[in-house]
Amino acid sequence: MYVAMIDFLLYALLAGLGVGLVAGPLGCFVVWRRMAYFGDTLAHSALLGVSLGVMLDINVNITVTAIPLIMALGLVFLEQRGLLSLDTLLGILSHSALAAGLIVISLLPDVRVDLMSLLFGDLLAVTKSDLGIIYSVSAVVLILLAILWKQLINITVDPELAAIEGTNVTLVSTVLMLITALVIALAMKVVGVLLITALLVIPAATARRLSQTPEQMAVAASIIAMTTVVMGLAMSWYIDTPAGPSVVVSATFLFCLSLLYRKQLN
Amino acid sequence: MARLILQLDNIFKSFNKKQVLNDVSMSLYQGQITTLIGPNGAGKSTLAKIILGLIKPDSGARISNIPLKVGYMPQKIKIDPTLPISTCRFLQLANTSHKACNEALETVGIRHLTATPIQNLSGGELQRALLARAILRRPNLLVLDEPVQGVDVNGQNELYNMISILAKTLDCSVLMVSHDLHLVMSATDQVICLNGHICCHGHPEQITQDPAFLNIFGKTTAIYAHHHDHNSHDEQVEVESHQRENVCSHD
Repeated sequence: MYVAMIDFLLYALLAGLGVGLVAGPLGCFVVWRRMAYFGDTLAHSALLGVSLGVMLDINVNITVTAIPLIMALGLVFLEQRGLLSLDTLLGILSHSALAAGLIVISLLPDVRVDLMSLLFGDLLAVTKSDLGIIYSVSAVVLILLAILWKQLINITVDPELAAIEGTNVTLVSTVLMLITALVIALAMKVVGVLLITALLVIPAATARRLSQTPEQMAVAASIIAMTTVVMGLAMSWYIDTPAGPSVVVSATFLFCLSLLYRKQLN
Repeated sequence: MARLILQLDNIFKSFNKKQVLNDVSMSLYQGQITTLIGPNGAGKSTLAKIILGLIKPDSGARISNIPLKVGYMPQKIKIDPTLPISTCRFLQLANTSHKACNEALETVGIRHLTATPIQNLSGGELQRALLARAILRRPNLLVLDEPVQGVDVNGQNELYNMISILAKTLDCSVLMVSHDLHLVMSATDQVICLNGHICCHGHPEQITQDPAFLNIFGKTTAIYAHHHDHNSHDEQVEVESHQRENVCSHD
């Protein structure tokens, strides 16, 4: 019994650390490029992915990744058509996806989906195979970020200048959106659909106050995200709070601390 | 005759069925400064983007017989304050060494700001930093979109002087986009007056006598070198838009 307990806590910790590792640098791009709403939209579509997977009896790991990926590509396409502003487009897609996901779940004959765990994460239910997926996807994402790092920074600073200096802006920004979709599908397990953006944005915003270069900020955000996972799990363990929200509250706590740190500097 | 850098032949471009550029042809030569001038909505930025290769024309050709290396100074740049980036690092994004960046900053006179976060630069300093990035890769074509925006009159003169010196030292072709000719005058070899189509073009002295130019910009702007009454200028643009029909029938 005791060994099993240690096991699931260890799995939860490892899963959270794996997601935190990539949430750091990716969260920086979400903050720099003002993509928080985009992240929300993808997260909501991940919920639709889960419910569709259960309803159609397809492996949920596949649908939960596929639907946000399709959504990201669809957004790239619609944005280039320029019919509506990105903000409006996201407003439509985000809430439509959330509503559709909830409706599909309600249509499932018996309750095979734990809605609360989808919305707020179920870190303590992570399995060995989940861990394998989390670490292999994290590795792919980190490698892609490392390869494209310079171009990503360049298009973030100014896409026109980047294009003139030879960067394929459409390709690089599409890859970034797809990476974001992947990480969101991963992070869903840790903090749930409604709190994913927080795990991306808050550690990055905290790291901003401590960094002078984009690289420092990415690394700091990673460390902060992993720290918040540990803090959240500890909180969940000792005072029996839900793991996902505990992680986010820990992140907010560190952010507030960083505000004080800046004041002392001045 | 100076060497031809880039030639545009019969360029047409429309957005959402609105014709923006109508049969525009022009040539840019090495060592020459060309000023593209025209009222708001005349298609200046669109033409600049076609020259830069950022957008494709609906029809017409963009011809260059030499390997084109373009430097671009955008009208403005918006970098989110959450991105920690120094001025030097901003220049290094153009794929150059630390040393080359510091040299470029030296050239535009802001070497001392190399470690300053780019978001902390003043309007004039930021324009210089953008100019430094544009010249970093030793371009043979330098495109400057409203290069003195948000800079006071003294700073404007300094920037224009700097640009004409750079055109000589780099021996490149410079295309400047402007909605106001009076300060650019002395530094310009060729003026192209655009209003959807090319209304008139030629040397600045010649242009200021051209009836098409006078109709668009009015006599005051052309004659007085230090005209900066923005209110009356705005009125002129208003008047111009009413007169657009007969102005353009000239060409």
